[in-house]
Amino acid sequence: MAKLESSLKNMVLCLLLMSIVMSAALGFVYVITKKPIEDTNKKVEIDAVKNVLPNFDNDPTKDVKTIDGLVYYVATQSGDTVGCAVKTYTNKGFAGHFEIMVGFKPDGTIYKTAVLDMKETPGLGDKMKNPKWRNQFNEKNPVSYRLKVKKDGGDVDAITASTITSRAFCDAITRAYDGFMKNISNTIKK
Amino acid sequence: MSSLKYFTNGLLKENPTFVLVLGTCPTLAVTTAAFNGIGMGLATTFVLVFSNMFIAMLKNYIPDKVRIAAFIVIIATFVTIVDLLMKAYVPDIYKTLGIFIPLIVVNCIILGRAEAFAQKNEVKSSILDGLGMGLGFTLAITLMGSIREILGSGSIFNIPILAENSKTILLFILPPGAFFTFGYMIAIFNRFKAKYKF
Repeated sequence: MAKLESSLKNMVLCLLLMSIVMSAALGFVYVITKKPIEDTNKKVEIDAVKNVLPNFDNDPTKDVKTIDGLVYYVATQSGDTVGCAVKTYTNKGFAGHFEIMVGFKPDGTIYKTAVLDMKETPGLGDKMKNPKWRNQFNEKNPVSYRLKVKKDGGDVDAITASTITSRAFCDAITRAYDGFMKNISNTIKK
Repeated sequence: MSSLKYFTNGLLKENPTFVLVLGTCPTLAVTTAAFNGIGMGLATTFVLVFSNMFIAMLKNYIPDKVRIAAFIVIIATFVTIVDLLMKAYVPDIYKTLGIFIPLIVVNCIILGRAEAFAQKNEVKSSILDGLGMGLGFTLAITLMGSIREILGSGSIFNIPILAENSKTILLFILPPGAFFTFGYMIAIFNRFKAKYKF
């Protein structure tokens, strides 16, 4: 068959029909992937909470509190609160903003930390993803544990050659701890 | 040209990355690890095969003056499909590749093959061409990713191959390392091309 001539009618019809068919196809794919995408996002969220808290049996993503940009997930085991995971952030990283998750026990002791989203320098600042470095925060209570790098008079070992990232990490934990003590700590059963 | 030729054309003779030097944006940006290369390459291959197929099918119904607009509509549709599918089923790779998945739509390899091949050829040869070009691209960026990951992180496909605290050449996972690797790869490729005349 010969090629369609480039008349105004042909061009308009061609683009119109093609857009309609392609939109329909996209709508179809959107509908079938909507559920899996939601499930995946939820699973990622719950996994992040699981990483920083002891075992729990409720669904912490059901009752989420968002206060001042921090997100709080309270986890319970057969009715007793086992801890609260706080999604926190800092703007002081070497590449600006990054997000971490901090798990607190009901008394404010740090249980574990996890890195969620960051753009720190590969090979230097991104060593904060290494559990060996992050483990120093585990089981520390910020009441007695000074959340500052040693250079600034605190108790935290900074990552070699990445003092700015280490400071930012402490800043994010401090923000999470302050928020947790102010907003959550008094509302949960201990 | 036998139909197999259409397929192998993209793998070596006209490798989109090392010979045609198209699609350099993802080539430089996502090749910090070998696994990223595979993810990006396969996503591009999917788009390339389907856009080539549809353009070859519809070539007689697309008036010449609006062909680029029509091609982009087709390409953008498949890119969005890949985007949604990856978000749903492989969220980890999706997160690492980030903005570069939607940016497949402006990848020159895809529009280039539509313009230079699919709109003049039959459906079957266009699919083979898309597959060959896509896999050629996948191989090229996986190779670059492997080199950068070995030199820069001391691992390959996330499996460590060096002792834990050994020194690696950090430069290779930073942006300048992408240019060095890319330059050397093109040089080596040209050398082999001249020697074996493929």
